[in-house]
Amino acid sequence: MSIVRRSIAALAAIAGAFALVVTPAAAAPSGPPIRIGSTLALTGPLAATGQVHKLVGEIYVEQLNAKNGLLGRPVEWIVKDDQSKPDLARTLYEQLITVDKVDLLMGPYATGAILSAMGVAQRYDKMLIHHTFGIPNLAKYDKHFPTWSLGPDPANTFTNTLVDALASTGKPPKTVAVVTSKFPSIHFMALGAREVFKKRGIQEVLFLEWEFGNRDFGPIAARVKDAKPDFVYVGAIGLEGNQLLDAMKKIDYVPPIHYYMYPAPGPMVKSPEGNLALAGTIFEEHPPYTSNPKAEEFIKLFNARAAKAGLPDTAVDTQAAASYSAWQVLDAAVTATKSLDDKVLAAWLKKNHVGTIQGTLRFDGPNNYGDDLMRVKQVQNGRWVIVWPKEVAAPGAKLQTR
Amino acid sequence: MTFPSSALLAQSVLSGVFVGALYGLLGLGLSLSWGLLRQINLAHFALAFLGAYISYQLASVGGMDPLATLLVIAPCFFAIGAGLQWLFARFEVTPLNSLLVTFGLTVIVEALIQWLWTADFRRLESTYGDAKFRLGSLYVPVPELLTLGMAIALSAAVWATLRYTDLGRSLRAAAEDAPVAAAFGVNERALALVLAGACAALAGAAGVCLALSYTLAPSQIYTWIGVVFAAVMMGGLGRAFGPLIAGIVIGVSEAVTMALTAPSWAPLVSFSLLIAVLLLRPEKL
Repeated sequence: MSIVRRSIAALAAIAGAFALVVTPAAAAPSGPPIRIGSTLALTGPLAATGQVHKLVGEIYVEQLNAKNGLLGRPVEWIVKDDQSKPDLARTLYEQLITVDKVDLLMGPYATGAILSAMGVAQRYDKMLIHHTFGIPNLAKYDKHFPTWSLGPDPANTFTNTLVDALASTGKPPKTVAVVTSKFPSIHFMALGAREVFKKRGIQEVLFLEWEFGNRDFGPIAARVKDAKPDFVYVGAIGLEGNQLLDAMKKIDYVPPIHYYMYPAPGPMVKSPEGNLALAGTIFEEHPPYTSNPKAEEFIKLFNARAAKAGLPDTAVDTQAAASYSAWQVLDAAVTATKSLDDKVLAAWLKKNHVGTIQGTLRFDGPNNYGDDLMRVKQVQNGRWVIVWPKEVAAPGAKLQTR
Repeated sequence: MTFPSSALLAQSVLSGVFVGALYGLLGLGLSLSWGLLRQINLAHFALAFLGAYISYQLASVGGMDPLATLLVIAPCFFAIGAGLQWLFARFEVTPLNSLLVTFGLTVIVEALIQWLWTADFRRLESTYGDAKFRLGSLYVPVPELLTLGMAIALSAAVWATLRYTDLGRSLRAAAEDAPVAAAFGVNERALALVLAGACAALAGAAGVCLALSYTLAPSQIYTWIGVVFAAVMMGGLGRAFGPLIAGIVIGVSEAVTMALTAPSWAPLVSFSLLIAVLLLRPEKL
């Protein structure tokens, strides 16, 4: 090789190496960060679930920043602790908008806090994507976007799904005991369910309500046992379902078919009495949901992070999936419009469908709600599996009764 | 309203007795602290839950018998209670201020519990958990029976101590008239340390019972405050058996309400009873 050729090759090699050193990877985000603000219940009675949403947000923001951020800019998530208090959430959202001057908002955890945040978002004309709002008819703001796909009338639609699931066993229940907490997002579902049961010919043999925070479930369990229903519909949130099951166990009563509205998924699946318990969900860790590569990747990350954070239940279900979907919706709207303008983003979301790990979401129905994607799941062999509708049921899983 | 079967009613009454015993056990230390030390100790509930979590940890991870955890918890909590009392005396905390200071302590203990055990639910699985037996048509769960037994035994021990020992007589004298008691050689400060330590140890005992029967979460500290305060006030401050008897009256009333009518009316019962007692017998407080 001549000196000239060698020199050219050496120069080319140096130039190549220089380019590798000084030119950042094409996907690395740069510029001022896009600031997304939210609050979560990191302390207080809702903290157990609030932690789930914090992990999910952290995972999604890390995934974004590991690629190209949003619009090529890094993403910064500002999350404040609303202490499970809706009034504090209101103040903090005000602060996020006026003091922290965030570019975009993400919703807090649980209906009360979301309703507070929605009021603030409306006052400042900001878009609010949220993941866990339980009473669709209260969400009137035109720039709110729910990613917990309940549909606009879940008390009717989901209860019908549940009754269809029960009918699929060939031995549908003839009688039902409806026992429910008066917690707002639970109570309206239980009242709606009563109407559906009546229309579907299931006779109500007992209806009881208790105040949220009830400590003694013994008398309630005794009354359920006395009523001898074929099916026990429990409007329970969090631990209430387990508390009622514990009380039933103490009097040697096993409900023939039992459904819980929003149970604490970990304690219910771990309790021997929780076997064959039914509940609603939008996502479980099995096909067809895990066939989505994005979902598969998220499940692995979440399982590891949740274990590291010391959470007793590391599975991805409704909460984590709705939370991840909220970030997917935000990501999709910003990427498609190349804008951070709340009006532009909201207009795009109203007109377009977004693919998420729970399915395709749309926001063009009443109160910006789309389809009811709630499924019926059941504890079988120590794990939650979707049993209805058939097309999303876990492979080989069918609703089982005693 | 349809009248429930006798079996349902009897089972409900039994359930009320058991939950009432826990109200009484939680209220015992609070009542002594309020009545004899003149401190309204909201941190009593936080200590009870801290005791419950320590019992859970020692039994679940350490493999100890849940009841044996009391041997560790009681002396440790005695030291904590005495230490807090020393601080209260050092900074001359008044009865009203004790309410605020102990509320602050409650928030700190709640944060500590959440930091150590996370906000998730924790359930102590023990040999007692599933144990129960039948008495005629009644089902008697063993953990709740242990709570009732412990509540009766501790109330009796406190009653006997206050009535028959020099320590008890000195405590009552100091609570009645501290300067006169001091003139007779009663060391009020030392007694206060002992009493505060004992109250904290009683909170620990209540915590062990909580862990035996209930699933734990840090924020549940607050769900017991209202009804236990009602039991303490109805039972009379500084009385050994007062909180237990009042607790059982409240528990049974709530349970019968739930058996006969809508369970959502049950919370009204404890406070209606308290108002009735205060109106009819205001000298009880």
